[in-house]
Amino acid sequence: MADQKVISRQTGVEDSQYKWGFEFDIESDVAPKGLSEDIVRFISAKKKEPEWLLEWRLKAFQHWTNQGDEAAPKWAQVKFEEIDFQDIIYYAAPKSSDDAPKSLDEVDPELLEAFDKLGIPLEEQKKLSGVAVDAVLDSVSVATTYQDMLEKAGVIFCPISEAVQKYPELVQKYLGSVVPYSDNFYATLNSAVFSDGSFCYVPPGVRCPIELMTYFRINEADSGQFERTLIVADEGSYVSYLEGCTAPMRKSHQLHAAVVELVALKDAEIKYSTLQNWYPGDKNGEGGVFNFVTKRGAARGENSKISWTQVETGSAITWKYPSVILQGDNSVGEFYSVALVNNYQQADTGTKMIHVGKNTKSTIIAKGISAGKAENTYRGQVSILPGADNARNFTQCDSLLIGDECGAHTVPYIEVRNPTAQMGHEATTSKVNDDQLFYLQQRGIDLEESNYMIINGFCRGIFKELPFEFAMEASQLLRVSLEGTVG
Amino acid sequence: MSKIDKLIEVKDLRVSVEDTEILKGINLNIGEGEVHAIMGPNGSGKSTLANVIAGRPGYTVTGGDIVYKGESLLEVDPEIRARAGIFLAFQYPVELPGVRTWQFLKSAIDAVRKENGKDELSVREFDQLLEEKRKLVEMDPDLVKRSVNEGFSGGEKKRNEILQLALLDPSLALLDETDSGLDIDALRIVSHGVNIFKGPEKSVLIVTHYQRILDYITPDYVHVLVDGRIVRSGDSKLALELEEKGYEWVRGSIGEEVNS
Repeated sequence: MADQKVISRQTGVEDSQYKWGFEFDIESDVAPKGLSEDIVRFISAKKKEPEWLLEWRLKAFQHWTNQGDEAAPKWAQVKFEEIDFQDIIYYAAPKSSDDAPKSLDEVDPELLEAFDKLGIPLEEQKKLSGVAVDAVLDSVSVATTYQDMLEKAGVIFCPISEAVQKYPELVQKYLGSVVPYSDNFYATLNSAVFSDGSFCYVPPGVRCPIELMTYFRINEADSGQFERTLIVADEGSYVSYLEGCTAPMRKSHQLHAAVVELVALKDAEIKYSTLQNWYPGDKNGEGGVFNFVTKRGAARGENSKISWTQVETGSAITWKYPSVILQGDNSVGEFYSVALVNNYQQADTGTKMIHVGKNTKSTIIAKGISAGKAENTYRGQVSILPGADNARNFTQCDSLLIGDECGAHTVPYIEVRNPTAQMGHEATTSKVNDDQLFYLQQRGIDLEESNYMIINGFCRGIFKELPFEFAMEASQLLRVSLEGTVG
Repeated sequence: MSKIDKLIEVKDLRVSVEDTEILKGINLNIGEGEVHAIMGPNGSGKSTLANVIAGRPGYTVTGGDIVYKGESLLEVDPEIRARAGIFLAFQYPVELPGVRTWQFLKSAIDAVRKENGKDELSVREFDQLLEEKRKLVEMDPDLVKRSVNEGFSGGEKKRNEILQLALLDPSLALLDETDSGLDIDALRIVSHGVNIFKGPEKSVLIVTHYQRILDYITPDYVHVLVDGRIVRSGDSKLALELEEKGYEWVRGSIGEEVNS
């Protein structure tokens, strides 16, 4: 097990405020709505990017423009009004420090309540809320302590925009190497306009001494969020990375189109855990985040391993398939997922395991929970390519329904082009059983808690894959998301 | 404190399941410290009686009342009844995949304590209590680390019920065919657990098809339930008589009553 200490870093407005808030003329930092070549150039210039990155962004933009809006994927089992991509702000200025809340008293109380429910400690709340100087300073000093530890180990962990400046060779070598700019509609958009994100590089033979963590928050009302994360584990290294997401409540929909790329070289292992709690919209389906995310890992070296664990409870719509390309011989890919939808939420999520190397092995365990009028789809692809001798996959998809107005769907795609492959697929659909509820109630536990206990039990196999602190948070998140689903 | 004559009063209780009347006017009083046994053939309604007292959904009370500690239970949620001291040992304890037995037991005991104005038990206090009660029912210590009842044998499930009885220490224990499917050793252990529980302030209602468990737990009263009605009540000798003569004997006696 990795060390339980966690290093936190946040991105988004607050973070950029801290990094660059005083360098620009604030007024001129809000880009007009809409996307054009000028906007792409503007973003790149703001970030003082090298020429190669601007070129790359422009190629992506050109590709995105040429293919047109029709290229947006339509195959997912989700319904929403077409997005007007010219009605989005692609670069929002950091708030000036005068505008930032000075204390927790000035922070949106709904947000604080959400943090409370999640059990996020006060210090963390301050950081997340972007609360002024002392808290930020506080977190900086904490971060600095850990930065020392990371530096000693040779681990690089910083905003990707900073990495572009400090480690351009590394970024240039790996950026887009797993998810090319032409990959899919939203990944292309991201490549053109990505704002920030995290970069991590673990050098050969190093076991990252602490868990790395980034909290993402969507900020401005009309702005899109396009962060880009790149993690490279060099030969024989190990890193565990945690990602948490929250968003304030907004009446309008917000687009979140992130890209995450992971690269594991020979004998390296990356464990990537996500708690996704973007604003899901209200009870009537008003507002909420469109979470259209491309996450992919390349298990590039022999004996490498990439493991995705996700707990998805937020977003109005989730469209996300964290995948592994098992290129190296004996490489391992894992996907553990809990996706919970309530009210009018829609999730179409799953994974792709592409077996390229010999003796590669993948495991998929997906748990879907549907409540209210929500729709939940597991969509997964397992491909065994001709050269992948003795590949093995095991897939298990379990769906749990609460009430009778929601839906659960399982859409597996299995493509086997090597006769030595061994495949296993199990799928179940069940409802929370009245006998189970009564059993718990008869022992004095109220209905809502009983319901939570049963569903938490259903998810336990996934939660145990999360680092301890995160697992507690996941349980809390589940509890909050299930409020009002019974009784 | 004087003994309460009527811990629970079942008054002319009529219960239906989907338009079929199962209980057709049951009258039963259980006082503090008393052990009652309800015996009857399959389908007589004896399990229904225990489940309705516990508040299981799916039954419709069409007439009569159940009064517990002086108050009607009919509109009371099952968890409130449980916290007020009504415990049902299930005939078929359910499995709860992923719910750790330890956590389940602690949640239950804390819920009951909270209702009675007590603090939650600390982990250490709970572990001590659990260890004490676990030994009482001779349950494998590994089982409390596993999911509730998942992969437990029939005997282990029933012992787990009695462990919960011992931990929650209710006022009224309803044992719904706890003896069914138990071998003689398990029956002895389960009965021992119930006998330890018994006391001047504790009441027990044993629902059973067979006289066998009554060799271990001696009832003060025995009632024979046939076709939704109590057709005969007596002391523990009635159970023996029933064992000897079979249910046809009481069925016959209904006939006699009707004919007379």
